[in-house]
Amino acid sequence: MRIISFGHALPKRSVTNQELTAFLDTTDEWIVEHTGIRSRRILSGKETVSGLGAKAAKMALTRAGLTAKDVDYILCSTTAGEMTFPATSCLIQEKLGATCPSMDLNAGCTGFLYALDMADALLSSGKAKRVLVLCAEQISRLSDWTDRSTCVLFGDAAGAALCEAGDGLKTIRLSAKGNATPLHAWPDGGNSPFLEDRQPAQPLYMNGQEIFKFAVSHSSRDIAAVMADADLTADQVDHFVLHQANLRIIEAARARLKQPTEKFPVNIHDHGNTSSACIPVLLSEMAEDGRLLRGQTLVLSAFGAGLTTGAAVLQY
Amino acid sequence: MSTYETITKLIAETKDMDPADIKAEMTFADLGLDSLDVAELVMNMEDELNVTIEISPALKTVQDVVALVEAQQK
Repeated sequence: MRIISFGHALPKRSVTNQELTAFLDTTDEWIVEHTGIRSRRILSGKETVSGLGAKAAKMALTRAGLTAKDVDYILCSTTAGEMTFPATSCLIQEKLGATCPSMDLNAGCTGFLYALDMADALLSSGKAKRVLVLCAEQISRLSDWTDRSTCVLFGDAAGAALCEAGDGLKTIRLSAKGNATPLHAWPDGGNSPFLEDRQPAQPLYMNGQEIFKFAVSHSSRDIAAVMADADLTADQVDHFVLHQANLRIIEAARARLKQPTEKFPVNIHDHGNTSSACIPVLLSEMAEDGRLLRGQTLVLSAFGAGLTTGAAVLQY
Repeated sequence: MSTYETITKLIAETKDMDPADIKAEMTFADLGLDSLDVAELVMNMEDELNVTIEISPALKTVQDVVALVEAQQK
């Protein structure tokens, strides 16, 4: 599998830390120092996450000189989805005017890596010639906007990667270690009269310390493992593109790998954590501004609810 | 190096301070460690001392950490 183009889309509304202080007991300095985040983009007005997804998809298609008719599978990673059903991928497919099979997958913030692995399987088996991988995320809908420790962290965004058969994906490792306790959200439990305890809707909960430990230890271990699989040293990697959860997690992983800051691109400052969209959005921005060049070697690494992790070596 | 010395060395590295300034009765807050500093410190202690440390509200001072690690080393 190889990625032929990237695309991304962000909500219009940027919400600064200062704006959050109007209804949360926090400060701009605290948020910047603890997370590296200065502002995040949040869906507002009549914007929708499927609208963002369609916009990101169109950018990837345009950059590749293709149309929606040229896509024969759409995989959309999404944590919240737009509706319970139909799948967000189908909502996006309709907006694009595509006619191919479309489905969602949910691996939390690791979704892009999981979707790339699925795309690779479809392409290498010959079941598809061109797969559109999308990550369309609206964590603002799951956030508890009264919880200063979590709602400040997240933003909304969509990223796209158009994939074809090829040998760009050198190696990929995924993991899941089922454990809902440290990171979860509940939808409304419905009104079935047959259940004893109907779970009420509950917004996003995260145990920051546990996730930090999980993230740093797994990220550095996964990165070392995929580099060994691909017979690469850290010095041969052009960019380490890590899930943008917290600048301090990226920094802790960087320190453990003993690599310079320049090799760890970030967009968390003005996007926040956009869940599975972080990596494709960042890669799309890097392709746009010239940081990402054909032939470069990338190490991708993400972790998220599940708990899931994923890492890959990709030659662009 | 004793467990206490190893732990004070790791704390000193986390916050770039002199190990001699760290006292057993000092809390994480006294040391200027926030929740993620504590998580990072715990990870470094787990790596270096080969123990498992569960972060809990009961874990407040340097002495609390030393006692927890020593209990596991017995």
